[in-house]
Amino acid sequence: MSAAVAEAPAATRVHYLNADYGVKSWLLTTDHKRIALLYLGTITLMFFVGGTMAVIMRMHLIDPAGALVQPATYNKLFTMHGIIMIFFFLIPSIPAVLGNFLVPMMIGARDLAFPRINLLSWYIFIVGASLALYSLVAGGVDTGWTFYTPYSSTYSNTHVIPMALGVFIAGFTSILTGLNFIVTIHKMRAPGLTWFRMPLFLWAMYATSLIMILGTPVVAITIFLVGLERLLRVGIFDPALGGDPLLFQHLFWFYSHPAVYIMILPGMGVVSELVTCFSRKKIFGYSFVAFSSMAIAVISFLVWGHHMFVSGQSIYAGLIFSLLSFLVGIPYAIKVFNWTATLHQGSISYEAPMLYALGFIGLFTMGGLTGLFLASLATDVHLNGTYFIVAHFHYIMVGGAVMAYMGGIHFWWPKITGRLYPDLWARLAAAIIFIGFNLTFFPQFMLGYLGMPRRYATYPAEFQVLNVMSSAGATILGIGYLIPLVYLFWSMRYGPIAPPNPWRAKGLEWQTPSPPPTQNFDVTPVVTEEAYSYGPPEAAREAAHG
Amino acid sequence: MAEAAIPRAAEHPPYLAHHFSDIEQQNEAGTLGMWVFLVTEIMFFGGLFAGYTIYRYLYLPGFEAGSRLLEVQFGAINTAVLIGSSLTMALAVRSAQLGRRKALIGFLVLTILLGLVFLGVKFNFEWIHDYHEHLVPGMGFSHPGPHEPAIQLFFCFYFFMTGLHALHMIVGVGIMAVLIAMAARGKFDGGHYSPIEVSGLYWHFVDIVWIFLFPLLYLVGGRY
Repeated sequence: MSAAVAEAPAATRVHYLNADYGVKSWLLTTDHKRIALLYLGTITLMFFVGGTMAVIMRMHLIDPAGALVQPATYNKLFTMHGIIMIFFFLIPSIPAVLGNFLVPMMIGARDLAFPRINLLSWYIFIVGASLALYSLVAGGVDTGWTFYTPYSSTYSNTHVIPMALGVFIAGFTSILTGLNFIVTIHKMRAPGLTWFRMPLFLWAMYATSLIMILGTPVVAITIFLVGLERLLRVGIFDPALGGDPLLFQHLFWFYSHPAVYIMILPGMGVVSELVTCFSRKKIFGYSFVAFSSMAIAVISFLVWGHHMFVSGQSIYAGLIFSLLSFLVGIPYAIKVFNWTATLHQGSISYEAPMLYALGFIGLFTMGGLTGLFLASLATDVHLNGTYFIVAHFHYIMVGGAVMAYMGGIHFWWPKITGRLYPDLWARLAAAIIFIGFNLTFFPQFMLGYLGMPRRYATYPAEFQVLNVMSSAGATILGIGYLIPLVYLFWSMRYGPIAPPNPWRAKGLEWQTPSPPPTQNFDVTPVVTEEAYSYGPPEAAREAAHG
Repeated sequence: MAEAAIPRAAEHPPYLAHHFSDIEQQNEAGTLGMWVFLVTEIMFFGGLFAGYTIYRYLYLPGFEAGSRLLEVQFGAINTAVLIGSSLTMALAVRSAQLGRRKALIGFLVLTILLGLVFLGVKFNFEWIHDYHEHLVPGMGFSHPGPHEPAIQLFFCFYFFMTGLHALHMIVGVGIMAVLIAMAARGKFDGGHYSPIEVSGLYWHFVDIVWIFLFPLLYLVGGRY
């Protein structure tokens, strides 16, 4: 770090964290950076609630007859794990935390376009999450996270209504956050920041926001109809009363497949930032990566039927959905190839965020390729409803989205808190998470291929070895997630003071002190060059820049 | 990246929020925000319209029989009332642009009154009537005949769609009331009327939803 950017220690400078004190200053804040931290605390809690259920499930599955819980409890565990992880952790994870913090900073703005709506969306999230947790402590839900009718609307005797209401309400958090990002990116970019000079994280957030505003309302109204059907005993989806349960599946997956891209696209934006910074190179094929995000947003709305190949959907619809699902692989492949090409001949260093980014590329590729197995009609008939699916989407969701989230948190932590975390511990945790993840989920590919169905509390004895491997991996993975929780908390108080730009990264957010002042920038920045102008790796040019 | 001070707008009017650099940026953000919000509303209603279309296709005779049970004259009166309220809303925006405060308040009050007439007709003459005829699903629905399940489905969609629409009307009336209070305190002038314009967009959208609901529920196939 050159001396030119050194400055007064954070403790003596007024920044967004010490500008005001007290509970009220946090609960009534409209500062996007503070709201990001409110989300960070909330979703971290939800992550560990959902994770605890995963650990209980894996412990239960050590024994073929089930070691811990009753089958009915097991049904509730996988349901609540799915609902909490998807609706209350993964969907808000990168957009609501990193996106909230970074979108205004990356475009050189003082805040999001609608700061009060931003705070409102956090409160909406709290109401939704509280209803979900209420449903959990009241006895849980056993419908599976997909709420399939008529089970959810007619037969299940669990607390479906508060849970459905919680998911419905939390959906408005997505809608309002997406709306805020779209308007902010359109209208509030700093002078000189043209669309094609924007960091790719912003392209990813923009594409994600489009999916959020187009998809979330549909699932909201669908879940609402399920709740009404259950409450009033009317028959929108109940075949006994003339309703069509397949209509529910269509409406549900119309949102919930694009929701997969709400979870993974922001992660791809993060990885584009990390890969360029830690290989000191401009991204390979900027416009291809940018447009592939938009292509994913568009195609994501045309592939929902691949969840319904064996649900009684017409075979011709299945053929078309299969073809379109293969198409969506193309923009993903473009991204993976372009990251790889960016790494080629770069000056690569292996700081903790980069370890997560490299882990993301490998694990996401595996998740993506196994997705092609499932997009094929013939193989899907065999693999549908088995652990192969479980392994596939965990490679995307955990190996992809969570890895990128962890990488992003580690990358921007010095900017967010003004403190550095212990690098050795961070690298160790990244390695433990990578190993634990693969040990947990790779055996599940094999289990699924051998025919072990998902969502059962017991299994035949011949599957035990692989299940024990998976459970052992889950323990390692759990420890891997606890370590960052400890040292990141520790660093907030005891970590060394972070310089404004510890990674020598490009991007407007690094041109302002760490932590940033409440107004983000003392003077509105003017952008004069393209993103990722890392230039040739020669140290001389870097030094000259100061 | 170079940094340079951007000259801030010389005057900083009270209605310019701190994070916008000028009033034009603020107005554009507000308008775009409302358009994006209306897109989400289209998707919100779109789920119901899709469901309606599919069941209409599956159960055409039942849906036609259900449609014939609605009181078309009340639907027609309400359509006229709502179109009238769109006119008064447009005139309110025009008055705001010209800085005519009294006319602005007058047209906003008229818009609210027309909205309340719509809601009154809906509640008093239609839904209460349907309740007495046992046409409300979940509240003693009974209409014996060959198409009973399909007619019940029709009324499910009828009440969800018109109910959601009425909810939007109620929200709109609340927004108008706030605007009237703001206008009475002189918050708007010929140079600052963006909230009225943006609220007008919302009101017109709610009208347009009804323009689709009225023929789909009351007219198509059932009677004419």
